[in-house]
Amino acid sequence: MNPRIDSLRAKTRAKEVSLSHERAELVTDFYETHAAMGEPIPVQRALCLKHILENKKIYIEDNELIVGERGPEPKAVPTYPEICLHSLEDLEILNSRPKVAYKVAGETRQIYEKKIIPFWKGRTIREKIFSAMADPWLDAFDAGIFTEFQEQRSPGHTAGGDLIYRKGFTDLKSDIRCCLDRLDFFQDPRAMEKQGVLRSLDIAADALISFAGRHALELDLLAASEKDPGRKAELENMAAVCRRVPAHKPETFHEALQYYWFLHVGIITELNPWDAYNPGRFDQNLYPFYQRDMENGTLTREQAKELLSCFWIKFHNHPAPPKVGVTAKESNTYVDFCLINLGGVTPDNRDGVNELTYLVLDVIEEMRLLQPSSMIQVSRKNPDRFIKRALKIIATGFGQPSVFNTDAILQEMTLHGKTIEDSRSAGASGCVEAGVFGKEAYILTGYFNLPKILEITLHNGRDPRTKKQIGLETGDPEQFNTFDDLFEAYQLQLNYFVDIKIRGSNIIEQINGTHMPVPLLSLVTEDCIENARDYNQGGARYNTSYIQGVGIGTLTDCLSALKYVVYDQRRVSMEKILAALEKDFEEEDILHHQLKKAPKYGNDDDAADDILRQVFQAFHNAVTGRPNARGGVYRIDLLPTTCHVYFGEITGALPDGRKAGIPFSEGISPVQGADTCGPTAVLKSAAKIDHLKTGGTLLNQKFLPELMKDEKGSQTVVHLIRSYFKMDGHHIQFNVVDEKTLREAQKNPEAHRDLIVRVAGYSDYFVDLTEALQEEIIQRTAHAVI
Amino acid sequence: MMQNAHIFKIQRYSIHDGPGIRTTLFFQGCPLRCPWCHNPESQKMPGKIRAEEMDGLVSGLISEIEKDRIFYDDSGGGATFSGGEPLSRPDLLFRLLDQCREGEIHTCVDTSGCADAKFLSGLAEKADLILYDIKLMDAKAHETLIGKPVFPVLDNLRRLSDQKANVWMRFPFIPGMTDTKANIKAVMCFLEKDTVFRKIHILPFHKAGEGKYEALKFKNPMKEIKPPSPERVAEVKAEFESRGFQVIIGG
Repeated sequence: MNPRIDSLRAKTRAKEVSLSHERAELVTDFYETHAAMGEPIPVQRALCLKHILENKKIYIEDNELIVGERGPEPKAVPTYPEICLHSLEDLEILNSRPKVAYKVAGETRQIYEKKIIPFWKGRTIREKIFSAMADPWLDAFDAGIFTEFQEQRSPGHTAGGDLIYRKGFTDLKSDIRCCLDRLDFFQDPRAMEKQGVLRSLDIAADALISFAGRHALELDLLAASEKDPGRKAELENMAAVCRRVPAHKPETFHEALQYYWFLHVGIITELNPWDAYNPGRFDQNLYPFYQRDMENGTLTREQAKELLSCFWIKFHNHPAPPKVGVTAKESNTYVDFCLINLGGVTPDNRDGVNELTYLVLDVIEEMRLLQPSSMIQVSRKNPDRFIKRALKIIATGFGQPSVFNTDAILQEMTLHGKTIEDSRSAGASGCVEAGVFGKEAYILTGYFNLPKILEITLHNGRDPRTKKQIGLETGDPEQFNTFDDLFEAYQLQLNYFVDIKIRGSNIIEQINGTHMPVPLLSLVTEDCIENARDYNQGGARYNTSYIQGVGIGTLTDCLSALKYVVYDQRRVSMEKILAALEKDFEEEDILHHQLKKAPKYGNDDDAADDILRQVFQAFHNAVTGRPNARGGVYRIDLLPTTCHVYFGEITGALPDGRKAGIPFSEGISPVQGADTCGPTAVLKSAAKIDHLKTGGTLLNQKFLPELMKDEKGSQTVVHLIRSYFKMDGHHIQFNVVDEKTLREAQKNPEAHRDLIVRVAGYSDYFVDLTEALQEEIIQRTAHAVI
Repeated sequence: MMQNAHIFKIQRYSIHDGPGIRTTLFFQGCPLRCPWCHNPESQKMPGKIRAEEMDGLVSGLISEIEKDRIFYDDSGGGATFSGGEPLSRPDLLFRLLDQCREGEIHTCVDTSGCADAKFLSGLAEKADLILYDIKLMDAKAHETLIGKPVFPVLDNLRRLSDQKANVWMRFPFIPGMTDTKANIKAVMCFLEKDTVFRKIHILPFHKAGEGKYEALKFKNPMKEIKPPSPERVAEVKAEFESRGFQVIIGG
């Protein structure tokens, strides 16, 4: 690492995370003046963005090469009061909580108290959502049947495609002009609405161009007073870059990176979409620029690496927006889930791994930063060398990059009517969510608590925690004669709650479509211009909504235990089991042991895995293909982020022997410690899920460091990955760390500040995790050398 | 797979018992009593396999082996029969080897070579690869430490060599027991003069099996013995290599 990067890296790591009121104040100012009152809402939103970008502070760090900050300084995180409003109490909690804190200055609290809270109270999207939800939705939400992604953040889960590398914003503006000219006010009843959307996109383009221009001016000033001739030249060059992009299509590697970065900052300033934004197929998008500059002799490998490192630091400067309430537990982390994709195939179906891929992997290894997250896409066409290079980084215990199956993603995409070329430009964003980059709005709607629905079923529709009848009356479980009776009741409850969720989500999509358009995100998402329709209204080429199932391993084990003990062996009555659950297995050691001994998912044992298939199919059938409010359909994902901890907390003891409050299994991983036959058995079990019918599954494997230490170990892991992918597995990730290290870190967090572990679809500092999550990670079975 | 008296453990994802990713079946029963044994629970001989039991046992075991076929395909792995001593149960072993060959699954037999000579040609013919232990060349030391004469072990190895069987030698490198200069020299001389085998795995003594002795309440004769230093292992590796052997440390 050169001294420049070393110092920038140290700075971003040392910098405390703070909450900035800058954006909230600018947004409030904008709406208070009523300047744009008469305009259509999309235009209002675009003008609001323009107001922010034209007035926010420009920050340029000493010696940095890529510029642009969302806040007034690095790691100063803005808030989005039009989406959700932090109370003074929220600010206090954020400021003082021991883990993942956001420092809040006295001035910020005052501005919140005097200006922001009084203006926005009663006007936020969050309040609109909750007041539009019917009682069954609210009851299910309170009981913890599902969460709602859009209650604190705007819809997102989108990565950029290759559009910005082909077109500058002036090109997009002329595309908009063409569409405006074509508007048919004779025949098209939507023409007026379309005109508003197109105008909003045009204003958003101007807003970002002018934001870049402000950086150019600031860089001019810095250059004028700079004594060091080397830095002076750099600043002059950076100013020139900011004058070219995003207005024009990038010509150099540096311009391409800076262009993306301005867009990234613009999109996460416009609103707070889930999983920020994402440069998508990074090595492929950037390779032509890298190649051309290298051929021209205008870029060296070292310079490219330095620019990439500076780019990496920009992501690290941008922690996730602070949340409140229930979602704070779902995902308590600074990580904002931007996931760099490497490898895979090209749109014309060649091996997508190139020289830049390896250079980026070097940067990932050397930077060792939590943000951005990284992943490799592995296609049959990619060489083993590529996987082995990534495994070398994984073996250092960093949890990154995660590993995805390109061939599966391709099928997941084409199965749903996407063209094959578009599908080849797909990838994974967030944790593991597959989508066509730059052309699809694939919106996650909420985590769905699969085991809790069994608890409700076992109580005939009643939630034992909130003591409310929130589900259907599917009958007294003691009266069920067969496993099929039980499963049928479960399925009825499942369908009932899926209906509630989908009804709610369709309303929420319409609220966002009407009240919270996103002109800048729409500008760069393909077909929004041609359709003259906002991203949040279904303007993208593809529009999908996802429900994320959580705890499928736990649910499978519960049903397997009931089937085995109650219905097959008829050793224990349902009555006795329900009584034991009620008492959290107190003085029920024998029964607890019997339930624990039943077949468990993760051991390549069809006795349990057939139930997994059945559960998967039921969830899939309940959701997949249902229409959303944006002209697309619902699909399922199986990923938890950290929601398996929250869902576990609000669920009582379960028939797999799990005691009340303990986290569920995470992703599609087996219940922590239930897999006893080694990694091949886990992969075989996991592959019994029909991955191709999902938009993403998450499998975590914990390996002891010895397993990857030598060539044979690493080669063997390559084989494991290849075999899992041959079976259509979607994703696998590795924690390479031993229990001893994790225990030591719990005892002495200060000495282990650097210890990074894989949580769900992301890595985090172990010591920043909640205690429950730390325990959960330790409990996952470690595969050792045999 | 139901519990049975003849295979005491099935280990999937074995990566040190032959090439690739393997499923290892550990046979119950061993005629030897090596003090460094890592599987002391496997030593006791079980009863005979009843004729009516055999078919079910074989098909149950084969379906366990079949489970990881996709991993064998990718990694060039297969099934390994270890123990215990798999040749102490040749009827079962040969049935399994035949069935694997029929199903095109690569097989590997990990043996001490301490078996009746009449089974050796069958082994050479049926197994794709044999991992063959060579421990102590001195007849007296062998008998005292391990409890059986060395002569049949060496003689059987000669037979495998004559049949041009595919054999990797395994040399347990045990401080104070097999690591003497004289023993190492004798091993090399024997392999050079009497066999065609030039590939050898040096298996340095480690303490991984220690917990088992405690759990089984067996006396652990190796309690005080420390694993050899990496330098010492490297030295011996170099010594073998200087004589033209291909050496791998570990399995």
